[in-house]
Amino acid sequence: MAEKVLMKGNEAIAEAAIQAGCRHYFGYPITPQTEIAAYMAKRMPKIGGVFLQAESEIAAINMVYGVSAAGKRVMTSSSSPGISLKGEGLSYLAGSDLPALVVNVQRGGPGLGGIQPSQADYFQATRGGGHGDYHMIVLAPASVQEMASLTVKGFDLADKYRMTAMILADGTIGQMMEPVSLEVEPPKVYEKPWALTGTKMARKHNIVTSLFLQPEALEKLNIERYARYRIVEENEVMYESFQMEDAEICVVAYGITARVSKNAVTAARAKGIRVGLIRPITLWPFPKAALAEAATRVKSFLSVEMSMGQMIEDIELATRCKKPVTLVNRVGGMIPTPEQVLSAIEQAAGGDR
Amino acid sequence: MIVAKRPNSLTATPTHYCPGCTHGIIHRLVAEAIDTLGVEGRTIGVAPVGCSVLAYNYFAFDMIEAAHGRAPAVATGLKRAEPGNIIFSYQGDGDLASIGMAETVHAAARNENITIIFVNNAIYGMTGGQMAPTSLPGQVTQTSPYGRDVTQCGYPIRVCEMLSQLEGPEYLTRVAVNSVKNVNTAKKAIEKAFRNQVEGKGFSLVEVLSGCPTNWGMTPQAALQWIDDAMIPYYPLGVYKDRSAKEA
Repeated sequence: MAEKVLMKGNEAIAEAAIQAGCRHYFGYPITPQTEIAAYMAKRMPKIGGVFLQAESEIAAINMVYGVSAAGKRVMTSSSSPGISLKGEGLSYLAGSDLPALVVNVQRGGPGLGGIQPSQADYFQATRGGGHGDYHMIVLAPASVQEMASLTVKGFDLADKYRMTAMILADGTIGQMMEPVSLEVEPPKVYEKPWALTGTKMARKHNIVTSLFLQPEALEKLNIERYARYRIVEENEVMYESFQMEDAEICVVAYGITARVSKNAVTAARAKGIRVGLIRPITLWPFPKAALAEAATRVKSFLSVEMSMGQMIEDIELATRCKKPVTLVNRVGGMIPTPEQVLSAIEQAAGGDR
Repeated sequence: MIVAKRPNSLTATPTHYCPGCTHGIIHRLVAEAIDTLGVEGRTIGVAPVGCSVLAYNYFAFDMIEAAHGRAPAVATGLKRAEPGNIIFSYQGDGDLASIGMAETVHAAARNENITIIFVNNAIYGMTGGQMAPTSLPGQVTQTSPYGRDVTQCGYPIRVCEMLSQLEGPEYLTRVAVNSVKNVNTAKKAIEKAFRNQVEGKGFSLVEVLSGCPTNWGMTPQAALQWIDDAMIPYYPLGVYKDRSAKEA
């Protein structure tokens, strides 16, 4: 059995990235994710890697752009206000079909907001974050173990589909400590014939660009990119289903709120309420089919979020509004309690009693 | 006998530059330097946003197109990924000295072992002639129709002078391409800026005073003269920093 070590969520991301073959990290200090940079600053020089504290989040994401274009695994991490600054770079990465791993350990917003945990960047992450038609693969860990395993998975998916994979975590999971196994399979190596490695006078020059002045050509590229996105939607959806077999109420939650919700579901089951939980692990692609299927048999949904209700729109879309969806939330850095979620479950079940 | 031919580092693609524009000369000088050093197979160029955005079609080595102003950061990534490769950015004044000033200053401060070719023509060319951070006091542009008013817009930025205050950079020089003599000096400076990188010496930036007849509203001849009469007095030519010369 794999040996477990006690780690902070942020450190687990950093170590898992190294295990996944990432040797280039660029970042800029911002709470509550700075442990990732600190860990990389310590480790990278010891293993022949590069840690560079950039002059800004904008510079950091563009350094990522350069390393990725050179064909190497690369990452950056930040928190909400910093991710907004990276938005331009995220769009360029997508427009040039470059793989990268970007971590957002979310804090309350908008603006400078606060430094306590939040899930208010759901729209920004699942809709791409920058300008233009594109998606990122968005992974939502709910434990320190998943901070590690989804980081490894994220690098693989990024290379496989030439996309940015984003770890959408929150300050709670970033800061909390749990036992984690870092046993990782050797990273799969993807051929990158498009990479800028120098022609070595042996091939025609490679060009990495997101500029296509002919509208016909740009349209074609957008359509091809979305065909690739459809393959991702077909093959890469991940979610956890908990006590859904006979559920009449379906709680939907991801990340830290999924853990809170799981406690509430267990407590409600003890009271005889038939309730289950669907926890999206990929927020894009969203587990639409699982929710559509659930909508055929549950009476209602609860969307538990640390935002003013963002994921709830995806639930309504996935279920074509067949069943009512109620928002259960706290915002601004506040976290819903199991009692709050339990009370919402009881209220949803109340009509039958 | 062949007396002149296209450098290996240039493709046969015709450029889109306006008549009288000096980008073509500067492209050629860069290509000749890469050819001379024999590093075409391991050179990667970073194109900016601006008139030279399509430079990636004209250079025969690997090329990447960066977001506006971000070329030094992209170049940093490429260099850190493969330090043995020769990485340069080719940027205009709006790209380098306005929106990308932070990236420029910090790449210089880190003495990042890259080369920057900074084309200063005192105007935004691609977007049709707006005021640049290097537009001269009183210069009429689309966004300074009554002439650059220094009480409102401040004075133009002298990039070489400013960067020369930093400990970091290896080589900073300003040249022009408006006469045979100046082109010959520019050729030597550009070659040195690349040689420095090959020898691992660090950040080298060549500022090239360049003409824009279209947006200055001049004939090509008048534009070359304007570089002498108006630009060079504000932007004196010369070497602003050369660490290895000092040590020698």
